[in-house]
Amino acid sequence: MSQTARAAASGTNAITIERLNKSYAAPAKKGEVHYIIQDVDLTIKGGEFFVLLGPSGCGKSTLLNMIAGFVSKSGGKLQIGNVDVDKPGADRAVVFQQADSSLFPWLTVRQNVEFGLKMKGMPKAQRGVVSEKYIKMVGLAGHERKFPRELSGGMKQRVQLARVLANDPAILLMDEPFGALDAMTRRTMQKELSSIWRETGKTVIFVTHDIQEALLLGQRIGIMSAGPSSNISHIYDVPFAYPRDISSQEFHELDRTIQAHFDH
Amino acid sequence: MNILKSKWVTLLILWAAGAVIWQTAALAYGPEIIPGPADTFRGAKELLSDGSLVRYIGISFYRVFIGWALGSLIAIPIGLIIGKVSAIRVFAEPFLNFIRFIPPIAFITLFLVWFGIGEQSKIALILYATLFIVIMNTLTGVLAVEEDKIRAARSMGASEWQILLHVVIPATTPYIFTGIRLAMGTSYMAIIGAEMIAANEGVGFLIWNSRLFFRTDWIFVGLISLGLMGFVTDRLVGLLGRRLLFRYGVISSGPIRR
Repeated sequence: MSQTARAAASGTNAITIERLNKSYAAPAKKGEVHYIIQDVDLTIKGGEFFVLLGPSGCGKSTLLNMIAGFVSKSGGKLQIGNVDVDKPGADRAVVFQQADSSLFPWLTVRQNVEFGLKMKGMPKAQRGVVSEKYIKMVGLAGHERKFPRELSGGMKQRVQLARVLANDPAILLMDEPFGALDAMTRRTMQKELSSIWRETGKTVIFVTHDIQEALLLGQRIGIMSAGPSSNISHIYDVPFAYPRDISSQEFHELDRTIQAHFDH
Repeated sequence: MNILKSKWVTLLILWAAGAVIWQTAALAYGPEIIPGPADTFRGAKELLSDGSLVRYIGISFYRVFIGWALGSLIAIPIGLIIGKVSAIRVFAEPFLNFIRFIPPIAFITLFLVWFGIGEQSKIALILYATLFIVIMNTLTGVLAVEEDKIRAARSMGASEWQILLHVVIPATTPYIFTGIRLAMGTSYMAIIGAEMIAANEGVGFLIWNSRLFFRTDWIFVGLISLGLMGFVTDRLVGLLGRRLLFRYGVISSGPIRR
């Protein structure tokens, strides 16, 4: 279903998740079922920046891949704007953790950004206008003709971001996109993502295991319990105004409160 | 620049040393057993003067090129299909792994029976020699395409056909290229075998036929011609790959200075 049709059907791009499961048959014992995630309940409003926070291996990427439509659910309800999610759609775009495996190395920066538009059959001149806008937005102006291999890790993630934004999706799904970057580049990227989100009004689901990153970006933070059979154990509202001050007292207090979830 | 200079000097010394060893061995065993550089050169002049060497090289090269090009053209789509469709792969893989261990030479007699004594049987043999290497490499390339690329394309609205055309094929190109380059090597092996057994022309025929006249110098000329033919075609294919397919990540050994 197209984005407009989906929006018309619901009037919103809210995400509704109820008692969602992903399980697989245990290889060792017959009849036994293992859950990666179990009974996840979550409602995300249109335009919200939601962070999924949890330790590695807790199933947050699995949940994100299910929302993306890459992984099918085993049970429960998963809807976007009252329409069931069963496959990838143009209303959702994914920014992957590894730019090297998700960008197309045989295409230039501009060609990567225009990929989705070209697949839709948009004329070349029009594609140029769109790609220029988003390449500029992510701060890559002047690098249009470079190939991904000529770019740094941070710049590659900028290409990924521009590539998905060019298709104007309602929802951005981001799977630890800054996890592989050095600390300084990560800070810059976080600030820029935050301002792009405020500028574009997209719904964002952002997966991370970095508490500070979660606090810097998210309006709400969902804590995922350690797997297997993990679910969202707690949701925090982050009431601070953007752009956020990581040195403030409240920021530190919330940081400590959330940290307590993971100290065992 | 210094490194480059010393590289050429080293190469020159190596080749000169090789020639000295060759000449020494020739003197020690006599020109009938090991014809020296001078004898080989005279033999080459003889074969060049009546035009037979050039014609033999031409005909061998023609057979290799036609069979190799046809084989690659057929193998690439087959490899793509087998790689993309797991239902076909399940049946095709054991078959591929069975038949690729049967060397082309083993088929010579059968191919002569099936395709006749003329050019078809030789070209069919090269085609066979090329086919499975290119299929296997293409197939491996398709299986190695990162899932993230396909997912990214799919979530940007690409159809399955567009994914094949705009993601799988470009991502597989370096593997395909390696396949056709390796196939060039086996094609030369196959053609020499075929020409030794069933041909009146070609470098293989020259090497085999020279035994009748006990012209070991002609055999040497044939061997050196083969080495040169292989070297030149491989460099050409490598150069073409680097020039035309660079953006797909095709790199090939060659005179690249790192």
